[in-house]
Amino acid sequence: MFLLLVPALAVIVTLLLVPLLWLAWQSVYHDGFTLENYRRILSEDVYWHSFLQTFRIAFIVTAATILLGYPVAYVAASLPRRWSIVVLAMVVLPFWTSVLVRAYAWLILLQRTGIINSILKSLGLIDTPLILVNNEFGTVIATVHILLPFMVLPLYATMQKIPAELTMAGASLGGTPAHVFLRVFLPLSLPGIIAGSVLVFVLTLGFYITPELLGGGRTFMVSMLVSRNVELYNEWGAASSISVVLLACVFAIFWAASRLIPVERLMGMR
Amino acid sequence: MTPVRLALYGFVGLVLLYLMIPVIIIVPMSFSSARFLSFPPPAFSLRWYEAYLGSVAWMQATKVSLILAVSSSVISTVLGTAAAYALNNSKSRLVQSLQVILLLPLVTPIVIIAIGVFFVYAKVGLLATIPGLVLANVMLGIPYVITAVLVGLRKFDPTQEMVARSLGMNRLRSFFVVTLPQIRPSVISGTLFAFISALDETVVALFIAGGENQTLTKRMFTALRDEIDPTIAAISSLLTAVSFLLVILIALNAREAKPVPEERVNGH
Repeated sequence: MFLLLVPALAVIVTLLLVPLLWLAWQSVYHDGFTLENYRRILSEDVYWHSFLQTFRIAFIVTAATILLGYPVAYVAASLPRRWSIVVLAMVVLPFWTSVLVRAYAWLILLQRTGIINSILKSLGLIDTPLILVNNEFGTVIATVHILLPFMVLPLYATMQKIPAELTMAGASLGGTPAHVFLRVFLPLSLPGIIAGSVLVFVLTLGFYITPELLGGGRTFMVSMLVSRNVELYNEWGAASSISVVLLACVFAIFWAASRLIPVERLMGMR
Repeated sequence: MTPVRLALYGFVGLVLLYLMIPVIIIVPMSFSSARFLSFPPPAFSLRWYEAYLGSVAWMQATKVSLILAVSSSVISTVLGTAAAYALNNSKSRLVQSLQVILLLPLVTPIVIIAIGVFFVYAKVGLLATIPGLVLANVMLGIPYVITAVLVGLRKFDPTQEMVARSLGMNRLRSFFVVTLPQIRPSVISGTLFAFISALDETVVALFIAGGENQTLTKRMFTALRDEIDPTIAAISSLLTAVSFLLVILIALNAREAKPVPEERVNGH
């Protein structure tokens, strides 16, 4: 049985696990053991700011996907099956469009001379075009768009399993709809919120293409820091220590979440 | 309908609009006659499709991407299906714990994967080669195939394979004759997942593709960073059409698959 695993394992070990271990080694060894690379993350503003900005964006994106995704999942779970399929299809379709294609579409929509600005201008709502892209705002808009399905799908899966009898029982015992929602439905959907948030948060931490194309140089996420250090400066020491910290964050979040809900549920989708 | 429900539906409608608009907007842009972005397009034209199909560089990149997507999805299907079968049938704790390593590509930030592969390839001379690109995408595709095939295997009744073996088939033959036909839909959707992921993969290609062997996505990325050319809209529309076609195939494939196991179980 083990032999069947060997080819797949060999590919992943040589192309992923070995390089990861090498990165970890490289981050602390340069003509002798050193913590210099880690000290730099804390002391140099560029690095420190990049980590802060990345975590801030991850929080904003997670909050936004919950706010936008929860009602969508709720409606999809409460509609008759025929309609819920339509709603879910509209959620999943963009999921299958290339991230590059969507970055391009957002440029068309959000540019100074883009569609949104022209519409607002022709309606007389603005005189000078709004700056909607080449900043953190544009990055967040596009990132939320990419990650929304990762929130809606686990939420929908959880809500679908909540028995309608429970909310009916709540109502029959005299609870107002708002009260029943807050005390019965919302707590029961919490595992879905956690699963979706973990996925969205962790995936945002690793985002690269979207901030690179829509951030306009003002959004400098950790992934870009890693790539710059390798591509431009050939600074493997810095790139490895940043990678190790980023990976440690990702694994720590997954580990913490797996104490709350089963890993299968976290990983099972997509 | 209560006002609350109406507001809820209105809000959800707006969210769905936000999801769909970027996907839809590229289509009219790709048929625009204008060099610069203007909406609505001044006149209908196929010039950006002609620009794409007539460019040697774009065509070469498309060829590389297609070769890459086809070969890496086929290879990762074989490796991933074998691994999923082992994970499903082995009781050893060691094998079970290896699942974590096999799913590692799904959770590792893509840039870190990219610099790791770049480092290995620089040592062994696989940079800017087709085999190098294929191998990297096999690594990225394996977890998709494993998760898809595991879903199929968990629904499959393993006693059928045991019966086949007790009647004298060897393990390999019983897998191909009894098991594989029944888990085929999940294997196919795993392959299509891996295919789309390889076709769309950009970040690893940015680091390891080069020279003759540029991928379509690497070229698109560079083009988007430098200047926006509506040729990208034409390519994007085509790429989206291909993805949607594959998704429809996955959906049809899943629908066809569903009734089968139940009938089989009831038919005993």
